Amino acid sequence: MTDKTKPILVVEELNVHYDTGKGPAKAVSDVSFSLLPGERLGLIGESGSGKTTMATALMRLTRAPGRIAGGSVKLDGRDILKMSTRELRETRLRDIALIPQGAMSSLNPVMRLEEQMIDAIVAHKPGMRRAELDARVQELLKNVGLAPEVARRYPHELSGGMKQRAAMAIATSLSPKVIVADEPTSALDVVVQRQVMQTLGRLQDGLGAAVVLIGHDMGLIAQFADTVGVMYAGKLVEIGPVRQMIESPKHPYTRLLVDSLPGIEVKRELTGIPGLPPPLVDLPPGCSFNPRCPLAFDRCVRETPLLQEVAPGQSAACHLYPEHAALPPLPPMTRAHQELRP
Amino acid sequence: MSALIEMRGVTKTYGAFTALNDVTLSLSDTSPSMTAVAGESGSGKTTLARMMLGFINPSHGQVLYQGKDVARMTGAEQRQFRREVQPVFQDPFDVFNPFYRIDHVLETPVKRYKLADSDTKARAMIEDALKRVGLRPQDTLGRFPHELSGGQRQRIMVARAVLLRPRLIIADEPVSMVDASLRATILDELKTLNRELGISIVYITHDLTTAFQICDNIMILYRGNVSEAGAVERVIGAPKHPYSQLLVSSIPLPDLSKAWGGEEIPVSEASAARPNPGCKFAPRCPHVMEMCWDNLPPKYVPDSERLATCFLYRDAPVAASDDVASVFRPPNHSITTTAP
Repeated sequence: MTDKTKPILVVEELNVHYDTGKGPAKAVSDVSFSLLPGERLGLIGESGSGKTTMATALMRLTRAPGRIAGGSVKLDGRDILKMSTRELRETRLRDIALIPQGAMSSLNPVMRLEEQMIDAIVAHKPGMRRAELDARVQELLKNVGLAPEVARRYPHELSGGMKQRAAMAIATSLSPKVIVADEPTSALDVVVQRQVMQTLGRLQDGLGAAVVLIGHDMGLIAQFADTVGVMYAGKLVEIGPVRQMIESPKHPYTRLLVDSLPGIEVKRELTGIPGLPPPLVDLPPGCSFNPRCPLAFDRCVRETPLLQEVAPGQSAACHLYPEHAALPPLPPMTRAHQELRP
Repeated sequence: MSALIEMRGVTKTYGAFTALNDVTLSLSDTSPSMTAVAGESGSGKTTLARMMLGFINPSHGQVLYQGKDVARMTGAEQRQFRREVQPVFQDPFDVFNPFYRIDHVLETPVKRYKLADSDTKARAMIEDALKRVGLRPQDTLGRFPHELSGGQRQRIMVARAVLLRPRLIIADEPVSMVDASLRATILDELKTLNRELGISIVYITHDLTTAFQICDNIMILYRGNVSEAGAVERVIGAPKHPYSQLLVSSIPLPDLSKAWGGEEIPVSEASAARPNPGCKFAPRCPHVMEMCWDNLPPKYVPDSERLATCFLYRDAPVAASDDVASVFRPPNHSITTTAP
């Protein structure tokens, strides 16, 4: 029985760099967090914030020109980044599994679904008999809400939502302790998206697994996660319990992310976030968000803020704290603010 | 009311498959509107867009632009139609030729339609169009597509459309491939074009939140049929059709008081839908009745500014006109400048 109060996944000072002609692009920079069994962490960020790099690094699937430049990813006390190839092969899927972005294209198009599922299971449990395997396939399909006959189908015979469920069935086939889901619903319609997320939640509850859900939609993250982490230019800039993150975010970037989703109650001016994330090979000095931040002041340009506790369980990397108790109101944005800098 | 664009009983079939079934919709020529067309994959929304753009012809019915059948236009009429009705597509990556600079995609329409009599004037027009979508010309022109973000490329496509001073922009999922943080800005620009240049906009989307925020009216399609239509405050604010209700309740809102319910949604896609001549939503509908299987529900008007094609409202009057826009709320903003 796993101890529910002892973190199952501990990430410390994780750094992932992409080597480029202009020097290393720090796609993940000194990121630390931990996850309790059964916890749901949502990691949110814009394109290029390092969130997918983060997901692949957690699985140690980083490929050149990317490389893990430091830190540790401890799963139940064992550092995935230091495992032998054999240990790693045994650990993936059994202890930590990935539901990749666009899972629809991660399925093998020339294999029936059941063969792909059996392949994954047999790689870890070579002794299983065919009858047991068939029973397991049926159970897994049932868990994700797919009919038994789907086992005999090829990927092209499945809809997008069904393929995403199939990828989930494979990811959970060995009852992992941690599931990493990288934008699992980004190509799906809202109704299917809701079905898939509910399926993921149900699977996770059944397994008692922890989930890292990666995405760019604050609404979706809010609907699913217990804890929300916000990534910006490779860094974790704020993390805390979902309610606090939505209702009283402390980092100006988190506030802008929440506000960029307009809701369906009152019509209001749509506010995006002015500007673009900085290129990762050429980060601005100080806080990476300072060129876009409506509250930036001189210190933000000089000094990189570190993550500090700003409320119980909530930490933000922002120089407004500890001087301020809460985030000051953001000045209204004008159209000039919204001009993009290519 | 004269119509800018009108779909008259439009049906599009591909073999035995009906992509769009008997849609009648007219958009006003005098008051520029913003109309959303929403629905899931396979609902027929892109088919509708492609017919409005004249890319494909209806199997039955007609698409009329300023009273002229788009399928039977003369060369000159078609040229005008092609200029005045502009598309903005979903994918900001596929529409650019990677070997040409950004300038190319903006200069081509200026040349093709002889919009400027000198290079200086052409340059000024292009710069104005870029500024209108919040891009700085000096930072944008001369660049290659790969040097710009998805959001910026999508703005270039809007700028290209603006350059032609169209009467109508058909934007098919213009922001679905753009980060949530940038969506708001691009959509706000469409709204500004509508207000300041008097351009009517048809916004095709599956995102009801943004449809609510920028559009006056919405038409929701389900498997080729109009399920509900009317003012966004009605249809999205208090949906009547069970399909619209399902869509609205599935929006992931960043508001913890509006959490998704724990109820399971039937996974209809796993089982082949039983073909039925009646309401296409019947196999998934929580309120399905025996009559729903055999008859296509007419357009009931359960309250003002909306219609719902659902037998739950069979006690309400049936819409007097086939035109979906007959229940639309007139756009309530005044136009500061009129289109040339």
